Amino acid sequence: MSLRSSRPITFDAVYRGVLLTAATCVFLVVALIVYETAKGSEMSIRAFGWSFLTTTEWDPVAGRFGAVPYIYGTLVTSAIALLLAVPVGIGSAIFLAELAHRHVGGVVSFVMELLAAIPSIVYGIWGFFVLAPFLRVYIEPWLIQNFGYLPLFSGTPFGIGILNAGIILAIMVIPTIISISREVLMATPRSFREASLALGATRSEAIAVVLDAARPGILGSIILALGRALGETMAVTMVIGNTNRITGSILSPGATMASIIANEFTEATEALYLSALVEIALVLFAITIVVNALARILVRWATGGRREIAG
Amino acid sequence: MRAEPELAGPRSGLLTGNKSLTRWKRVLWDRAVVGACYLSAALVVLPLGLILWHLIALGGSGLSLEFFTHMPRPVGEAGGGMANAIVGTLILVGIGGAIAVPMGIAAGIYLAEYGRGKFAGLVRYTADLLSGVPSIVVGVAAYGLVVVPMGNFSALAGSVALAILMLPTVIRSTEEMIRLVPQSYRHGALALGAPRWKVIQQVVLPAARSGIITASMLAVARAAGETAPLLFTALGNRFWSTSLVEPIASLPIFIFDYARAPYEDWNRQAWTAALVLVLLVTLISAILRITVRRIRGA
Repeated sequence: MSLRSSRPITFDAVYRGVLLTAATCVFLVVALIVYETAKGSEMSIRAFGWSFLTTTEWDPVAGRFGAVPYIYGTLVTSAIALLLAVPVGIGSAIFLAELAHRHVGGVVSFVMELLAAIPSIVYGIWGFFVLAPFLRVYIEPWLIQNFGYLPLFSGTPFGIGILNAGIILAIMVIPTIISISREVLMATPRSFREASLALGATRSEAIAVVLDAARPGILGSIILALGRALGETMAVTMVIGNTNRITGSILSPGATMASIIANEFTEATEALYLSALVEIALVLFAITIVVNALARILVRWATGGRREIAG
Repeated sequence: MRAEPELAGPRSGLLTGNKSLTRWKRVLWDRAVVGACYLSAALVVLPLGLILWHLIALGGSGLSLEFFTHMPRPVGEAGGGMANAIVGTLILVGIGGAIAVPMGIAAGIYLAEYGRGKFAGLVRYTADLLSGVPSIVVGVAAYGLVVVPMGNFSALAGSVALAILMLPTVIRSTEEMIRLVPQSYRHGALALGAPRWKVIQQVVLPAARSGIITASMLAVARAAGETAPLLFTALGNRFWSTSLVEPIASLPIFIFDYARAPYEDWNRQAWTAALVLVLLVTLISAILRITVRRIRGA
């Protein structure tokens, strides 16, 4: 400090100022996104208030908008995704952290990174042309025949619909669960494993001990995956069928908050219609912020701050 | 060999549910759990294999020189390519990168070298927050911030949306790479009387350079596959775009439109476009990731 005070404006200060400006811009970008979505939804918030979040009617012609069908679709598809992805993801993470030979582990990690790198739209086209016919011909008729008495599995096999979207989302969020869970498992002290094995535990019992210690971090990875699933757009838009009815069956078409925006944003000619769509974006934004913040807290706590989640 | 179950510790009941199981039951349970883990790993590999196989089987036949050099044909005319969409994607990603990479690297340097106070914590937090924002929300915001004031869907608006999505990854990976540079480098240079900016610019950055470049390229490559934020910023275009303030074609938007069209020929072209996009993104990502890992020495 004393060195700097002898020369009031140094190049150091200029350099630091440039970097500081860039950092401030990042902050501004987020502030602008918040401001823009809030401003854009002002008209809709004024017109509908809280009823926007509690009514199911979506009628652009009459100018009445309620977000419930899309909130429902988002929650149900994400729930299916987690139901499918969590056991497989945690199992794979255990495999990678505890069981796999180094080379096999390397191959699985590579596959996982490829899965994470495939663009959303490609999952969409695959779900639309490959998974949908497969579900329609083989899986859904079987579900209807054997479990059709449950409202959850009633209806017609379309192939396209909530189940399809849930499966695609599961494939998309698995890499998130695996990579963070593995990191968390590896961060548990070696002595946990060694101690339980030395006491005569089988491998699965030693894994149980490690899992117990890694629980908050694994929970964090699941919540982070949930955040991804909630906001995923293109793949879901292609396979969910896009209707705004709630039927309670996972075989029927539906829509999510992200898919309705993708589908109708460019069609929205009325100011109120556009504003309602922006309000859905705002609600989605708010939900994902809360979910992500929760996940980060859990993961950072579990790994003692060693794992930073980026991208 | 194995001790009695009671010796396995109080936690051993977690998976077995019963401490007094006989030994063979424990062994059987162990096999089942380990087997389930192997099965899970196999289940993760399965969808990737299927997706890649279908991409090649359904999109591979459309791969030809024409696809890369010709324009889309009207409905009913066979053939044609997506030259404008491929160039459009490169333009969008190029401009997006040109905005996000310098800004992200500068912010990353700030966080790594100066980032101690409350403000740095705030920036770090917002960067994390930004990486969790759904891309469709970024698209909606970019529509309001760029498209509405300019009065037109444009390549520029699309690039801004992509830049916002690249930003957090560039920042956090830059910070991480710079933190890997040993403190002794800085101390050595400072002890020789170099000012702080010179230490960063001529000692720290060269040491972290390759890592920063690779990680930034990774973020840029990933953005090439983004579709949602382009839907209402770049919009799409069946012709060549001659100006940055006009709508522009891109591969993801073409895939979206062509896959949903009722024409078989267009559907086939959507698969080919998907194959090209995946090759573009994963190939770059895979190569870069291997490079990053080598740099980190892990």
